[in-house]
Amino acid sequence: MSEITTGSALAHQFDDAQQQQQAATLGMWVFLCTEVMMFGGLFTGYVVYRNAYFAGFAAASHRLDVTLGAINTAVLITSSFTMAMAVHSAQTGKRTALTGFLLATMLLGGVFLSIKGTEYASKFHEHLVPGPDFEFDPLLRRQAYVFISFYFAMTGLHALHMVVGLGLLGWLVVGTVRKRFTAAYHTPVEIVGLYWHFVDIVWIFLFPLLYLIERHHR
Amino acid sequence: MSSTLTAPSPGTSAPQMPRVHYLNVDYGVKSWLFTTDHKRIAIMYLVVATLFFALGGTFAGLMRLQLLTPHSHLVQAETYNKLFTMHGVTMIFFFLIPSIPAVLGNFLIPMMIGARDLAFPRLNLASWYIYVIGGLFTITAAATGGVDTGWTFYTPYSSIYANTNVVLTVVGIFITGFSSILTGLNFIVTVHKMRAPGMTWGRLPLFVWAHYATSLIFILGTPVLAITLVLVGLERVFRIGVFDPALGGDPLLFQHLFWFYSHPAVYIMILPGMGVISEVVACFARKRVYGYPFVAASSLAIAVLGFLVWGHHMFVSGQSMYAGMVFSLLSMLVAIPSAIKVFNWTATLYKGSVSFQAPMLYCFGFIGLFTIGGLTGLFLATLGIDVHVHDTYFVIAHFHYIMVGGAIMAYMSGLHFWWPKMTGRLYPEGWARLAALIIFIGFNLTFFPQFILGYLGMPRRYAFYPPEFQVLNVLSTAGASILGVGYLIPLVYLIWSMRYGKPAGPNPWSAKGLEWQTTSPPPTDNFIEPLVVEEAYAYAPYTPEDRKRAKHE
Amino acid sequence: MTTHIVSPKLYVAVFLMLLALTALTTFVAFFDLGPFNTVAAMTIAVVKALLVVLFFMHVRYSEHLVRVFVVAGLFWLAILITLTMSDVLTRGVG
Repeated sequence: MSEITTGSALAHQFDDAQQQQQAATLGMWVFLCTEVMMFGGLFTGYVVYRNAYFAGFAAASHRLDVTLGAINTAVLITSSFTMAMAVHSAQTGKRTALTGFLLATMLLGGVFLSIKGTEYASKFHEHLVPGPDFEFDPLLRRQAYVFISFYFAMTGLHALHMVVGLGLLGWLVVGTVRKRFTAAYHTPVEIVGLYWHFVDIVWIFLFPLLYLIERHHR
Repeated sequence: MSSTLTAPSPGTSAPQMPRVHYLNVDYGVKSWLFTTDHKRIAIMYLVVATLFFALGGTFAGLMRLQLLTPHSHLVQAETYNKLFTMHGVTMIFFFLIPSIPAVLGNFLIPMMIGARDLAFPRLNLASWYIYVIGGLFTITAAATGGVDTGWTFYTPYSSIYANTNVVLTVVGIFITGFSSILTGLNFIVTVHKMRAPGMTWGRLPLFVWAHYATSLIFILGTPVLAITLVLVGLERVFRIGVFDPALGGDPLLFQHLFWFYSHPAVYIMILPGMGVISEVVACFARKRVYGYPFVAASSLAIAVLGFLVWGHHMFVSGQSMYAGMVFSLLSMLVAIPSAIKVFNWTATLYKGSVSFQAPMLYCFGFIGLFTIGGLTGLFLATLGIDVHVHDTYFVIAHFHYIMVGGAIMAYMSGLHFWWPKMTGRLYPEGWARLAALIIFIGFNLTFFPQFILGYLGMPRRYAFYPPEFQVLNVLSTAGASILGVGYLIPLVYLIWSMRYGKPAGPNPWSAKGLEWQTTSPPPTDNFIEPLVVEEAYAYAPYTPEDRKRAKHE
Repeated sequence: MTTHIVSPKLYVAVFLMLLALTALTTFVAFFDLGPFNTVAAMTIAVVKALLVVLFFMHVRYSEHLVRVFVVAGLFWLAILITLTMSDVLTRGVG
């Protein structure tokens, strides 16, 4: 493909830069539609079982750490803010600010994953993991088992997407160091931003659905 | 009798291959494996898809041999289970779903809209690699013991009790699913953003409309299959409780999630074929397709309505009766846009100037056989009838009429129609017509008895059957061998034609459409000069001049 | 068509709003509102998501086609959940 220099890099199949930018943006939105449907399968299963097993879901949800969950939500929202600022920096041609905001986003993403990691570790210690070691009040054991299964599946898939996001952000940082992005051309920053915000939105729904079931009890 | 097609206008010199085109612009394995040219990628898909077709066909052949006698010892029952599973998985995920979109769609869509390539050529190449890698996983699963769950992977058998290569197979399908998703994404962005000036939506070829609708299904349905297969794998490996009743799970949830994709998947398999038929019928009836807006809209309608009917696969699985009634009604509705297409193709033939080259023969086969398959779908959508014929050979006959009598015939039609464009060569018309006839006869002999078998009660996925069903089974197996021969013939003469076929020239069929305005084979960037589309190019009506030209062929 | 550049002030406002809503949803969860706990939580989540979509993801300033795809994705998920629940919720009946 054409060598990237300062100014726009026009791929041969496009007639002009605007067509290229619009195609890339639309492409990322179409991809996000596929992500909505992929996570959607898990959300569907969650809805089915929450309806059937509400008591067990509530009981198991109480075993999750609300404080850590809320902190992580704030962390991710902040990372969305820094990502939006990164795009803004790219749009206004401020290279240093762009690099700074991208690194901040990565850092916050790393914090999120670390907190998630400690949560997972504590679940292992408390025997709240799918498998033969699962321990729960026998009355609600089956229901809680399903909840925990969904907890790991949904947050696991989300965490995987975060890791990919970190990789994309790292790629962007390399690009900014190489002076690849300007006010005229910064499409990759915009579309990685779209991806990152989407991952944030998934967590915006995961937090109340997993952490905030019937918290008024006990 | 085996006359090759001659160029339409008498008195002009014989057509020649262009000196430089996409096939000879560069040589060597690397120029193919690292290509981003949509036309080369299409050819690579053609090769791999043909291999998968042969593999799936082999599984089918073994099944039909087993079913020659009521209690054959050709294979064990466990092996038979693996055969029908692998036949389904290979044919559906690795042949039918990619075939027309990845081969013909990839090749033609940029040309039909006047673009140099798809929106994302490198993504297109990635799609091909993903397809191959997913296929390798699945072939490995087949070679190292196979899978016996049925291509439908119903839980809890697939997630708990099966002792076969379930995880390997679902990983392969999961990976290949992304090939579909990325192709769909590419097509959607291409059609929205890469049309040449003047190529409005109302001037798009119906082939493009059909692929756009298909791409919507690709992106909205396939991800659900992906996550569902992941859950099956997780349940097998980590014993998460999602589908296993012993752990509190609901097996029917699997079916909902699975069929949410797999029903629209059948529209993925037929819509592109319908797009081919629209193009071929117009060319060989020398008439614009009747009711263009309706045919275009019906593609979108099928794509949308197709997402609302999946419960008709679950009428007898334990789904609520009320949901069953809703899905039954919606399934009736989805037949309407398909019927609209059939009516419009027929109306296109009326007072047309019809000729019977091989692509057109396959079209006639499609229209008749798809109609039968589609109508029997209405029987299955009727709750009372479905209770009786669910899981019998009636269902098998129904979907093979659509998938083989419909989709594969459309694929053959399109392959022959655009073969001169793709290779620059003409195939031998006589042999092609013979093969089409053999395929038609073989197909009907194979699958019509299966309607009767199903109605009489023979269950599907059984290695043995009561003796009273033998005659019909023998007929079916006989038909299958004829069908096999029918498919081998084009393999031979198409390959032969790449070396020895007569040069085709830009437009051997005198067809409309932008792809015929460039050389055969086309140059790498498709068109020599930039295009501006005016009414005269895109979807122009056939003139009396065109009709006169047809008489010479 | 020039890309609309959103002012950082607006981003800050949206950001603070998102944090506030997070605090709100956590706070409200500790009160017993019966079935409205779920309604409240989901409403707040939808509002937060809308803020991110419209302002951080620039859909407020995007072309019509992008908005069509946003709506389509959500609508399709709604189909999946609704029709599946239509089976699940009516199984015991009749």
